[in-house]
Amino acid sequence: MSDNQKVIEIEVLRYHPEKDKEPHKQVFEVPFTDDMSVLQGVQYIKDYLDGSLSFRWSCRMAICGSCGMMINGEPSLSCQTFLRDYYPARVRVEALSHFPIERDLVINMEGFMEKLESIQPYIIPKEPRTLQEGEYLQTPEQLNEYEQFSSCINCLLCYAACPQFGLNSSFIGPAATALLHRYNVDSRDGGKAERMELINSEEGVFNCTAVGYCSEVCPKHVDPANAVNQNKTISAADYFLRFLTPKGGAK
Amino acid sequence: MNATNATNAMKTTTRKRSNAPIFWALFGAGGMLSALFGPMLVFITGIAVPLGVVLPKDTMSYPHMLAFAQNLIGKGFIFAIIALFLWHAAHRIFHSLHDIGIHAGTGAKLLCYGLAMVGTVIAAYALLAIGF
Repeated sequence: MSDNQKVIEIEVLRYHPEKDKEPHKQVFEVPFTDDMSVLQGVQYIKDYLDGSLSFRWSCRMAICGSCGMMINGEPSLSCQTFLRDYYPARVRVEALSHFPIERDLVINMEGFMEKLESIQPYIIPKEPRTLQEGEYLQTPEQLNEYEQFSSCINCLLCYAACPQFGLNSSFIGPAATALLHRYNVDSRDGGKAERMELINSEEGVFNCTAVGYCSEVCPKHVDPANAVNQNKTISAADYFLRFLTPKGGAK
Repeated sequence: MNATNATNAMKTTTRKRSNAPIFWALFGAGGMLSALFGPMLVFITGIAVPLGVVLPKDTMSYPHMLAFAQNLIGKGFIFAIIALFLWHAAHRIFHSLHDIGIHAGTGAKLLCYGLAMVGTVIAAYALLAIGF
């Protein structure tokens, strides 16, 4: 290390369920260079200062969606957030908001996994199709309909950003709704009626109060708020018109 | 097979259709109206008429207003403005209560939307009572 090595203070929210009654903060002094991300900062802590620190990470390039954390109170991917942007002030790193903490910066994402499963995130063909019939063809317009919503990496930053999910965790939430919408508007899919049941339900889109912070924090530029609000309109139209249409999401 | 049955059972027992579209539609209609007409009404009733700018001072005199309220289109306008503004406000207050941590249950819902309903009924009654 050179003499002019910069050192930043990283305040980490620690929680070890077998030892701690409640989460508490711990401050580490971490030497860093300008190219170091917050993730590299916490990796430095784990490698050199305290091996018991737990956090999730994998790809280091905003593809895998594992390293989401609250950084100075903002839901962020720690791999694309840089220590230099906080220096010389202290940077605060905490587990994602609105989720139970499993340990330190690791959240329990079981609730989200159930939601993900419930939206049936796969193409449900309109009718059975044999191999001989060949591949599905789509026009660029048909691709445009859903493409941006398919970029979700399940990092859960939008859930940490959503005040309504924070107040009511049964709300299906931004990412799951965006992905649900992605399949509903896919020209190859025929599962819309089944999925709309969830959109229309008390766990569905009407929990949203159009805050829009979900879309702001999304690292992949998905616009979940847009998906949620499009589905409010679709759901409301179905609510009032369902008795007029021969078939639909009527229950 | 059992797992499939279990998930199907879960699906049918836990999903209840939300009645939110009713309130959301009234909220949306009220929001649209207040955005379009709110500023104009503030200008006319709060600035232009009292100060006598742009509009003559007697624009909102009793005979003028009575004639407006007795006209079918005027009646409709007054009713829509009062009722939909109320439903918009009720919905916003109800959700804001939730946002600030008052987990509004049926009581708050009844109070918020109930007031809007009462206001709607009074507006309708008064507009009909005033004659045509």
